[in-house]
Amino acid sequence: MQVATEQGQARDAESPLDIRGLTVTYGEKPAVFSVDARFAPGVMTAIVGPNGAGKSTLLKAALGIVRPVSGQVKAWGRPIAAGRARISYVPQRASVDWDFPTRVIDVVLMGQYRQLGLLRRVRTRHMEAAFDSLRRVGMDGFAERQIGQLSGGQQQRVFLARALAQGADLYLLDEPFAGVDAATEKAIIDVLKDLRSKGKTVVAVHHDLGTVPEYFDRVLLINTTRIAEGPVAGTFTQDNLQKAYGGRLATAQMSALA
Amino acid sequence: MMGAEFVALSLPPILIGIFAAVACALPGNFLLLRKQALIGDAISHVVLPGIVGAFLVTGVVAAWPMMIGAGVAALIAVGMIEAIRHLGGIEPGAAMGVVFTTLFAAGVLLLEQSDTSTVHLDVEHALYGNLESLIWLDGMGWHSLLDAGALRGLPPELPRMALTLLLVIALTWLFWRPLTLSTFDEGFARSLGVPVGAVGLGLVIVAAIAAVAAFDAVGSIIVIAMFICPPAAARLMTNRLEVQIAWSVTFATLSAVLGYVLAGYGPLWLGFQDAVSAAGMIATVSGVILALAAVFGPCRTRAGTA
Amino acid sequence: MLLEALTLQLGYNATLVTIGAALLGLAAGATGTFLFLGKRALVSDAISHATLPGVALAFMAMVALGGDGRALPGLLLGSAISSAVGLLCVSALTNRTRLSEDAAIGAVLSVFYGLGVVLLTVIQSMSSGRQAGLESFLLGSTAGMLWNDALVIALGGALVLALVALLRRPMTMVAFDPEFAAGAGMNVHRIELAMMGLALAITVVGLKIVGLILIVALLIIPAVAARFWSERVDHVVLLAGGIGGVSGYVGAAISATAPGLPTGPIVVLVAFGLFALSLVLAPGRGVLAAILRHRRFQARVHVRQGLLALAQGQPIYEPLTLRLMRGRGLIRADGVATKAGRAQAARALLDERRWQLLRSDPAHEEAAAHYDGLTPLESVLTPDQLRALDRGLRPGDVQAGALQ
Repeated sequence: MQVATEQGQARDAESPLDIRGLTVTYGEKPAVFSVDARFAPGVMTAIVGPNGAGKSTLLKAALGIVRPVSGQVKAWGRPIAAGRARISYVPQRASVDWDFPTRVIDVVLMGQYRQLGLLRRVRTRHMEAAFDSLRRVGMDGFAERQIGQLSGGQQQRVFLARALAQGADLYLLDEPFAGVDAATEKAIIDVLKDLRSKGKTVVAVHHDLGTVPEYFDRVLLINTTRIAEGPVAGTFTQDNLQKAYGGRLATAQMSALA
Repeated sequence: MMGAEFVALSLPPILIGIFAAVACALPGNFLLLRKQALIGDAISHVVLPGIVGAFLVTGVVAAWPMMIGAGVAALIAVGMIEAIRHLGGIEPGAAMGVVFTTLFAAGVLLLEQSDTSTVHLDVEHALYGNLESLIWLDGMGWHSLLDAGALRGLPPELPRMALTLLLVIALTWLFWRPLTLSTFDEGFARSLGVPVGAVGLGLVIVAAIAAVAAFDAVGSIIVIAMFICPPAAARLMTNRLEVQIAWSVTFATLSAVLGYVLAGYGPLWLGFQDAVSAAGMIATVSGVILALAAVFGPCRTRAGTA
Repeated sequence: MLLEALTLQLGYNATLVTIGAALLGLAAGATGTFLFLGKRALVSDAISHATLPGVALAFMAMVALGGDGRALPGLLLGSAISSAVGLLCVSALTNRTRLSEDAAIGAVLSVFYGLGVVLLTVIQSMSSGRQAGLESFLLGSTAGMLWNDALVIALGGALVLALVALLRRPMTMVAFDPEFAAGAGMNVHRIELAMMGLALAITVVGLKIVGLILIVALLIIPAVAARFWSERVDHVVLLAGGIGGVSGYVGAAISATAPGLPTGPIVVLVAFGLFALSLVLAPGRGVLAAILRHRRFQARVHVRQGLLALAQGQPIYEPLTLRLMRGRGLIRADGVATKAGRAQAARALLDERRWQLLRSDPAHEEAAAHYDGLTPLESVLTPDQLRALDRGLRPGDVQAGALQ
C-alpha cells in the first residue's frame, strides 16, 4: 500500500499533461504542427496565439476529441485514457446547442458521470457536490432554470460548475472568457485561482493578451508550431509575441503590453 | 363496442399499434435532438429490400427471416450512409437520400424479378402493414385474457411487439446517461471517455430494431411518423428531456388509439360502409397532434425568444 | 437486345419511355443540384411524399364531377397542389417553431403519406371510380404510357430545364450563400421558392415514370455524383443533368429489354452506379485520390518531424516515423542518421528557422500565410528574398544548411 502511494506521488510529480510532436490536420493543412508542450503542475498556464493558430485544436487533440496525425500525449506519465478521471474539460460555450431540453442542475450533474456510471442513483452527496459547484461560480439560484434561458456569461459559469463537480486535478478550459460579462470573468478567474491554491493545474486557451500577466503564471505561445513556453515574466515578451502573431499583432496591443 | 367483439377484433391491433408507436417514439426523441430525425425515414425505406432479400435467401415467408433480413438491410444502409458521408465528404441528408432510394429501388427490382406473386409478399404490405387483420379469434371476451389456451391464439405480432418495446425501454433506461451526455455535449462526453461513436451507433441500431419489428405489424408509414411526430410535438410542450419523453409516449399512444378507432369506426359514423387504412390514419392523427402542438404548445419557439 | 434498345429500335412504346426518362433525368439532375448545394436535398423527399393525398383527392374530385378520374393532367395538378401545401408546412414548422428542418421534413412526409394512404383506401371502397392505376404512382409504371402522357412529361421537363437555365445565376448564389445574396439585393425568399417550385414540378412530372419514392433519387443522386468532378457550380449543374439524362436513357433502355425490369428502379440503379464510380474514381474529391493524397501527406508530416528531431538531436518515438525514415534511407536500422539523413535534417532545420524568422516579421505577412510546417520556403520566396532573410539568421544556422 505504502509503495503504491509513493509511486502515485512520483507520478504526480510528472507533468499532468505532456504533449510530444503533436500534429493535427483538417484536410491537408496542419492546424497544429509538431507541437511539444509540458504543462507544469500546480500552476495556471495560458495557451496564447492568433486566431486559427490551433489553440483549441491542441486541447481537443490532447484529450482525444479529434484524432491527431502523429504525436503522443501523456497525463501524469501515463496514457491519457488512464488519467481521464482526474482531467476535466470545459469546451467552448458555442460548441453545444443550448436549446437542449435540460436544466442547469442536470448539466452540472453530467460532471459526475464517472462517479454515477450508468445506473447508480443520484444521492444527496452528488446533489450537494453539484450545488456546491454552482455556489462556487455564483449560480446556485439557477439550478432549476432551463439552460436556454441563460445569458452567455451564465452558460460559461454552468460549464465551469460542471467541471468543478468532476473534482479533477487538471482543468483544461477552451476560451473560458470569450464573450462573457465582466462579473462572470471575475467570478471565473477567482474560481481558477482558488483551484491553483489547492494545488490543481489549470490550462486555458486565452485570447485577451492584456490580462495574461494578471491571470496566469506561465504561457504557451503557439501559431501552428510552438513558439515559446515558460513563465509569463520571461516568455510573454514583445519579441515572442511578434514571432507568434507576426503582422497580426496591432501596434496598439503591443504598446499596451510594454 | 366494449364486449367480446372488441376483445377479439380491436384489442390486439390497438395494443400492437400502441407498442409499435411507443417503441419508435422513444429512440425518436434522441434522433430528433441529434438532428438525425430522418434516419427513421431511411431505415423504413430499406426494410423492403431486406424482406425481399430474406425471402430470396430462405425461400419462405416467415416473420423471423424477414425481420432479420430487414435488420441486416438497415445496418447495411447505415454503414453505406456513414461511408458516403465520410469518404465522399457529402452532407448527411444527401448521403441518406442516395442510399435509401437506391436500396429501395433494388428492393423493388428484386421483388419484380423473384416470383413472389404466389406468396403474400408485396410492396403495399410493407408500406401499409396489416394492422386490421391482426385479430384474436380465441378472444371470447375479457375473461379470455386469463385463459392460457386462448392466449396462445393471440396474433404472434403482439408478444413480439411487446418484447421489442420492453427491450427499447430497458436500453433507453440503461444508457440514459451516456445517451443524454453525448447528445448534449459530444466533446465533453469524449473527454470523459464516453464511447460517443458506439453510443450513436447503438441508438441507430435500437431504432432499426424498433422499425423492423414494427413494420411487419403496422407498415412503414407508422414507423416513420412515430419516429418523428410524437417526439417533435413533445419537444414543443416542455423544456425538460424527461418530460419530453413522457409527452412523446402519451402522444404516440393517443395517435395509435385514436387513429385505429377513427379508421375503424369513423367511416361508419359518416355513413360509409368500409373502414379506411388504420396505419395511414394513425400517421394522420400524429400529424394533427403535431400541428396542434406547433400552434398551441407552451414551448414551441426556441428558448430565450419565447 | 440492349443495343437495339439503346438505339431506340424496340418499338413505339419503348422509344417513348426511353426519351421521356432521359428528358426527366436531365431536368431532375440539373434541378436537384441547387437543392443539394443548398444542403436541402431531402426537401425533395417531403415534396414527393406529399403528392399522394393530392393524387387521391384529384381522382375523387374528377370522379365526383363525372369524369374518368385517371386523366393525367388532373392528377398532376392535384399532386402539385398538395405537395405545395406540404412545402408550406415544412417551412412553417421550421420558421415558426424550434423544430429543425429535418424534423419538419420527416413529419410532413410521413403524415401526408399516411393521409394519402387513407384516401387511397377510401377510393378502393368507392364503387364508382375505377381505382386501378393509382397505386402505380408509388412506384411508377411505364407499361401503358400513352403519347399524351409522354407529351406532358416532355413539355414539363423542357419547361423546367428552360427555367433552370434562366434562373441559374440567382439560384447558385442563394444556394451557396443566402446572406450574401440578400446583401446583393436579391429576393432570397422568392428565389428559394422558385428552387422548390422547380423541384416540385420535376416530382410531379416524374410521378408517372419512376413513382413518388424514386423521383427523390433522380433529384439527389446525379447532383451528388456530379459534385465529385467539379468545383464550379455551372459545371456541376451540367454534369448532373448529363448524369441524370444518361441514367434515364440507359435505365429505360435496359428495362425495355426484358419483362420484370421496371423502369424506375433500373434508372435509379444506373444513376447509383454512376455515383459509385464518381465516389471512387473522381480525381480530387474521389476516395482513391483522397487515400493516396492522405498517405503522401501523412508521410511528409512524419518525415519532416523526424528530420527536425534528428537535426536537434532529439529521439524519435513514433514507429511510423522510424519506418518511413528507414524506408527513405534517412536513418539506419539502428536509428542512427545516414549521411543523406543528416543533410536533409540540416536543410529541414534551416528551412524551419527561416520560416520562424519570416513569420515574426510583419513585412512578410503574405508569405507567412503559406506556412503549414511542410512547404519549403524556397517555393514561396525568390532566391534574392531568401538571401535577404538569411542575413537575419545567426551564422550557425546558415552554416548548418550549407553543410549539405
